[in-house]
Amino acid sequence: MTPAHAQPVMEARGLVKRYGQVTALDGADFELLPGEVLAVIGDNGAGKSTLIKALTGAIVPDSGEIKLDGQVVHFRTPIDARRHGIETVYQDLAVAPALDIASNLFLGREQRRSGVLGTVFRMLDKPAMRRRAAQQMAELKIGLRSLTQAVENLSGGQRQGVAVARAAAWAEHMVIMDEPTAALGVKESGQVLDLIRRIRDRGLPVVLISHNMPHVFEVADRIHVQRLGRRVAVVKPDEHSMSEVVAVMTGALTIDASDQAVVVDQEAATAAGVRPTGKE
Amino acid sequence: MATTTAPPEPAAPADIPPPSLRQRLLSGSTLGPLAALIIACAFFSLRTDRFLTGGNFSLIIQQVMVVGTLAIGQTLIILTAGIDLSNGAIMALSSIVMTRLAVHSGVPPLLALLIGLAVATAFGLANGLLVTRVPLPPFIVTLGMLNIAFALTHIYSQEQTVTGVPSLLTALGNTFTLGDTDITYGSIVTIGLFLLFAYLLGQTAWGRHVYAVGNNPEAARLTGIPTNRVLVGVYATAGLVYGIAALLSVARTGVGDPQAGQTDNLDSITAVVLGGTSLFGGRGTVLGTLIGALIVGVIRNGLQLIGVASIYQTLITGILVILAVTIDQVSRRRSR
Ligand SMILES: Nc1ncnc2c1ncn2[C@@H]1O[C@H](COP(=O)(O)OP(=O)(O)O)[C@@H](O)[C@H]1O
Ligand SMILES: [Mg+2]
Repeated sequence: MTPAHAQPVMEARGLVKRYGQVTALDGADFELLPGEVLAVIGDNGAGKSTLIKALTGAIVPDSGEIKLDGQVVHFRTPIDARRHGIETVYQDLAVAPALDIASNLFLGREQRRSGVLGTVFRMLDKPAMRRRAAQQMAELKIGLRSLTQAVENLSGGQRQGVAVARAAAWAEHMVIMDEPTAALGVKESGQVLDLIRRIRDRGLPVVLISHNMPHVFEVADRIHVQRLGRRVAVVKPDEHSMSEVVAVMTGALTIDASDQAVVVDQEAATAAGVRPTGKE
Repeated sequence: MATTTAPPEPAAPADIPPPSLRQRLLSGSTLGPLAALIIACAFFSLRTDRFLTGGNFSLIIQQVMVVGTLAIGQTLIILTAGIDLSNGAIMALSSIVMTRLAVHSGVPPLLALLIGLAVATAFGLANGLLVTRVPLPPFIVTLGMLNIAFALTHIYSQEQTVTGVPSLLTALGNTFTLGDTDITYGSIVTIGLFLLFAYLLGQTAWGRHVYAVGNNPEAARLTGIPTNRVLVGVYATAGLVYGIAALLSVARTGVGDPQAGQTDNLDSITAVVLGGTSLFGGRGTVLGTLIGALIVGVIRNGLQLIGVASIYQTLITGILVILAVTIDQVSRRRSR
């Protein structure tokens, strides 16, 4: 579906971010292609969240370059990234629980009435926002009885749905999700994975940060493996097994130039459940 | 089930029921406070026929006018998960500034009034800047500002009550007659302010942002709301409202009183809490605060009419405050 050499939607080279003694990003590269779901996986502390923060303006990297559609960009705040059509679903969702669903979808981008009511009296156009929200929720097939419900009265999956719907509604370039299924049950996780596919089918590329291998293998077109602050491999889920990818994540395997898995540490590889391939 | 015509339902199953009456009562809506107010009114109406008269209600509103107005500013601040201990002191300072400038310094009354409002706004602004820029907890900032404003009031007034206040500054104490009830213009100003802020909080983007900043500041920031600007705006706006309260206080007493407002900070918090606004921020309404102020006013007035010693008013108010905060806590835990 994607031409092999399509211009990446987003590309980063040599990102470095240090926190005192800790090097969270140690020359990390990144590449997101049009219309794909790219999973970013890695052990705790591998620098996944820091990478995402650097790409979305939540932190400014010490060095390295980020390009959006081939143009170098310098995001200073998440607002900068949002202005470029990049929407992020943060791990803690970033919703205002006491506000209703429509208000959350439009938080920070409220719509005003037309005419003097809007210009002079600054009156919100609640019906229009509710209509747009309903349409958005329907398009993504997020079933909610009433958009005037406070978000805190929703189930975990529905809250996630609201956060994802908000991102999908405003994203023009890409959607990034940090661990969207971490707090969810099986059924709700499945719904969120469906949502991710629907967003991709609308033509928006999605970056999915996840710990959950089955989820990653279920939806990802490509998998970015992060280890010790770097990207150590990009693999396709249909070319490598789950245990191979886990072994790459832990450093037991590396992927060579011809996309073959190479055992670095036989003991660790065996422990990770990788069967000997004879190729050593 | 559905009584309204909704937009076409999405295909997926809808498995959330609309909030039950009980949930709504528990979730910081004004229904609970309103019920309490009606019960109090019904109780006193049955006990004395002097309670349920236009004149008595006009009196109650006059009695709660100053604290009620202060409580509008307090509501804004508490909605952002802050607290303001300095509002009574700022009001006292502002009222001394406007009256002393006019009476002792020969400043034209209108200019004196504007300077008084500006002083109150400046103190609110200072609170806001300290809360956002340093940043410091609102409790500490406003505790400091309480002492500063209190001291400045006493230094500047030389402990003297300002008398002979020009009529412009007391005009809001004048009355007009509606039916056979005398109503002060100040009462109208107070009610007008409540309606204005109910509109601003409920119908504008600014209001949404105030709630969001109080409810989840990090989420507000990430969605692009300029949270510090919202906070500074809230504190400065509250300061301006305290200046208007100063004018109301001068109008009601006819003098500039350096002792004014000494318990008004806590009384305004009482009104806000009784009105169902959460001290944790992000939930509540300014009309709830009006009801909260009226509950205090009705209880005080009613007990006076039936001849109960005034200390019992304080006792009952204390119990109600604890009850209101308990309801808030319980509803928070339930909504987790
Ligand atoms: N704000 C911070 N201050 C100090 N160290 C940090 C900070 N954020 C991340 N780190 C460190 O950087 C490394 C990478 O963290 P992170 O990007 O959160 O990893 P991941 O999301 O893959 O678990 C970790 O060692 C973490 O402790
Ligand atoms: Mg992380």
